[in-house]
Amino acid sequence: MEKNSKNYFTLFKSTFFLSAFTFGGGYVIVPMMKKKFVDEFGWLEEEEMLNIAAIAQSSPGAMAVNASILVGWRLLGLSGALVAILGTILPPFIILSIISLFYAAFRDNAVVSAVLKGMMAGVCAVIFDVVITMGGKIIKTRKWLPILIMVGAFIVYYVLRVNIIYIIVFCATLGALVSLYDKHAGKEHI
Amino acid sequence: MIYLQLFWSFLQIGLFSFGGGMAAMPLIQNQVVDIHGWLTLAEFTDLITISEMTPGPIAINSATFVGTQIAGFGGALVSTLGSILPSCIIVLSLAWLYSKYQELVVIKGILAGLRPTVVALILSAGLSILVLAFWGSAGFTWNLASLDFIAVALFAGWLFLLRKFDLNPIVVILDSGLIGGTCYLLF
Repeated sequence: MEKNSKNYFTLFKSTFFLSAFTFGGGYVIVPMMKKKFVDEFGWLEEEEMLNIAAIAQSSPGAMAVNASILVGWRLLGLSGALVAILGTILPPFIILSIISLFYAAFRDNAVVSAVLKGMMAGVCAVIFDVVITMGGKIIKTRKWLPILIMVGAFIVYYVLRVNIIYIIVFCATLGALVSLYDKHAGKEHI
Repeated sequence: MIYLQLFWSFLQIGLFSFGGGMAAMPLIQNQVVDIHGWLTLAEFTDLITISEMTPGPIAINSATFVGTQIAGFGGALVSTLGSILPSCIIVLSLAWLYSKYQELVVIKGILAGLRPTVVALILSAGLSILVLAFWGSAGFTWNLASLDFIAVALFAGWLFLLRKFDLNPIVVILDSGLIGGTCYLLF
């Protein structure tokens, strides 16, 4: 794609609006990106978008940022990646900066504090809904190792208070080693 | 100095949060509440509430919010930069590896190992917020008098509705604030 200011601006505008109107984050962004960059602009093939989604999902960090980096890079190189990152992080950055400025003033208001307290129970329900859905999928695989990892990680973190980063590094290494062994031995532990 | 601390904390959050969505939440809680005490658990819960209702990833929202609270605009900037820097490097390296090998057995294995871990970590973070919602900042006790029955009823009701119908989280949180807020002001 030609590196002219019109294309940079279109990339910035697209990522900015995608980010500004994607609530809940994560996986929602991929179908919206596909609609924009594959169906509307024809800048990417559907196959490429699927690869981008797979790589974005495999990397640490926010899915929306990861996917934007890859789209920007693929379309306009390093400068494209930077423009796409800027477009993606500006909306949450602006919104949260504004909220943050008013937060201290609002928090002590009796009405606001009662509403926030009511919202807390709702947020808990949303978190537990996510946990039940994700945990249910793992139990349904009927593989003993992922279930053991889930129960073990919970005990080690919540009860024993082991450093969270050690747990993540340990489980990532375990997953890598077991999958290599599985491929070698033709088994499916994980 | 505080800039460096913010940058380093959010760099770790960006580097170790796999799995999108709420996966970053336990790491943010660990850094921001447990290790540095930049926010109380109640403030952190407000942050998660705000994040769920505004667009954008939790990590970016948190970096901006915490950065602004602790060190103003500059703090927000370094925190956000820290949280996206690992992504930039890793995502482009992976894209390069993928174009060379097409199939990445090791990466798939790492993700398979992390999927159950992330569920356990989100559950842990959720439990600490639940204890705060039910018993307040004093923490868990067997004493029924200190239990917040409005919060228990709201939680049970919303969880039931969320499991039964595919509700939008924003609607749940807003309505919970409306109903719960009215109850708290009345009783």
